[in-house]
Amino acid sequence: MEYSPREMMAIAAGRFIKDGDVLFAGTGVAMLAATVAKRIHAPHAHIFFETGGIGPTLEELPMAVADPRVMAFANLNAGLVEAFSYVANRRLHTIAFLGAAQIDKYGNMNSTVIGDYHAPRVRFSGSGGACDAGSLASGFIVFMQHGVLKFVEKLDYLTTPGWLTGGDSRRHAGYRRGGPIAVVTNLCVLKFDDSTHEMYLAERYEGVTPERVRENTGFALDVSRSSVAEPPDAEELRILRDEVDPQRLILG
Amino acid sequence: MAQHNDLGGKLITVGEAVERFVPDGCQIAVGGFTITRNPMAAVYEIARRHIKDLHLVAHSNGQALDLLVGAGCVRRLDIAYGGNGRFAPTCIRFRKAVERGELLVEDYTNNMMSLRFLAGALGVPFIPSKSGLGTDVIAREGFPAELRGTEGVPVHKLVVIENPFADGDDQVVLLPALTPDVSIIHAQQVSTDGTVRIRGLSFADLEQCKAASAVIVTCEEIVPESYLRLAPDQNALPPFLVDAVVLAPYGAHPTACPYVYDYDPAHLNHYKAVAKGDESWAAYLDEWVYDVEGWDAYLDKVGGAQLARIRANTVAGYAPGLDRR
Repeated sequence: MEYSPREMMAIAAGRFIKDGDVLFAGTGVAMLAATVAKRIHAPHAHIFFETGGIGPTLEELPMAVADPRVMAFANLNAGLVEAFSYVANRRLHTIAFLGAAQIDKYGNMNSTVIGDYHAPRVRFSGSGGACDAGSLASGFIVFMQHGVLKFVEKLDYLTTPGWLTGGDSRRHAGYRRGGPIAVVTNLCVLKFDDSTHEMYLAERYEGVTPERVRENTGFALDVSRSSVAEPPDAEELRILRDEVDPQRLILG
Repeated sequence: MAQHNDLGGKLITVGEAVERFVPDGCQIAVGGFTITRNPMAAVYEIARRHIKDLHLVAHSNGQALDLLVGAGCVRRLDIAYGGNGRFAPTCIRFRKAVERGELLVEDYTNNMMSLRFLAGALGVPFIPSKSGLGTDVIAREGFPAELRGTEGVPVHKLVVIENPFADGDDQVVLLPALTPDVSIIHAQQVSTDGTVRIRGLSFADLEQCKAASAVIVTCEEIVPESYLRLAPDQNALPPFLVDAVVLAPYGAHPTACPYVYDYDPAHLNHYKAVAKGDESWAAYLDEWVYDVEGWDAYLDKVGGAQLARIRANTVAGYAPGLDRR
């Protein structure tokens, strides 16, 4: 069955979600993945947005985290301060879906600038709630297009904390929980070593070689532990295409 | 009902509100978030009047922020996010202004900005957070040193300390409170005594208004006081915090006003296209800001059929099936 990399990304990310998880969704593919997870993999997961939309039905796909569609038929409508009390809530297993412009081998991310901070070559949106979710949630899953300009040895600006400098540096920085769980790209799924917290290739999509992943990664990557990812099945694709994003707003 | 009163003199035009409360160089917060409930009637009026040197303090106010920056009204910006959802992953005029060095930017996060407004509202000078430790949001300052301690700019961007209530390895970030000169929000309803009702998400609008020295509320309609008093749990702000009320139907266009109208994908896509070039951007400002007499004329340009297309289903809160490509 034919499928696009973006479809595979949404489904691969959804598979990380357990029933009962509380999902913090950003914009773009992240929102698609959270919706897919709830419709397919974890029907009892709860989705919420940093803007304060808690548990909407998402009958139509939102185009921003402030879209009226994140408010419609929700459990409740609140604001930012309240939303962050769910991100940081110690009782909840909160998983965030995030994207960024650059990522390093410890899963730290840049969504602020390329080039010098005070005279940037490219300015991006900035943190929004990404740094907050990276700091406060139980864990996060990252979406990236794979390429050497995005998977870099050194970030131009560290917006969102991952495993910082690896090992237990995150705990020493003052964080009590959280950190990146996986990076889902158009080629593969990457995870982090339990002790060093360095990124490694976990699953590559059908037809993608470990070499191709390595060539598209700007730092040395362990590819020795990888297997081939389970492709999406017909039912997963049907739900994604017909129910989640029929206008192909994000699937393209 | 009879025509509403003048709310004890608080009901004024958008021009009068900007004239009185938004002088050059003031610190301003605007309500809403990316493509929803931005107080655009007021924002277009600020641009139309060529207000200059604003210090905009914002979490993620996409469309309002980009128009104010693009019209050259903003000199300094505290910001968490300069994006507009799928319509502009990075706001286009904002991006150009930063890359050209036309704008001083201090980067925070949404958690930080909403807490800074909350601190201002509570009257405390700073507020702690556990967000951003070990990142460049904390390590890097955007504003130059000579600006520190002047014109409402805090002496430090933020400060990291050890939690004084714990034993070691528990750092916290202290964030300076924000107390803007003026906060402008757009609401669905204001009552004849000046009580404000917001439907859908309130974002950080309430904290922004409680922290500000003056509050302007633009609204879709003015309703009898007795009506908002029937369900006080639904109300957002009391009359005594509101300095000016402006009746501005469709006053959030092209952003959404939940339960009244959706965002306008046609206008936002047009904006995205013209914002990319300096000439086409200048033409947009002429066509939609400077050559337009006021909000009525702006809405005439948008057109009745388009306003009907984006009209929200009053139960769902948005326009189901709206072509959003």
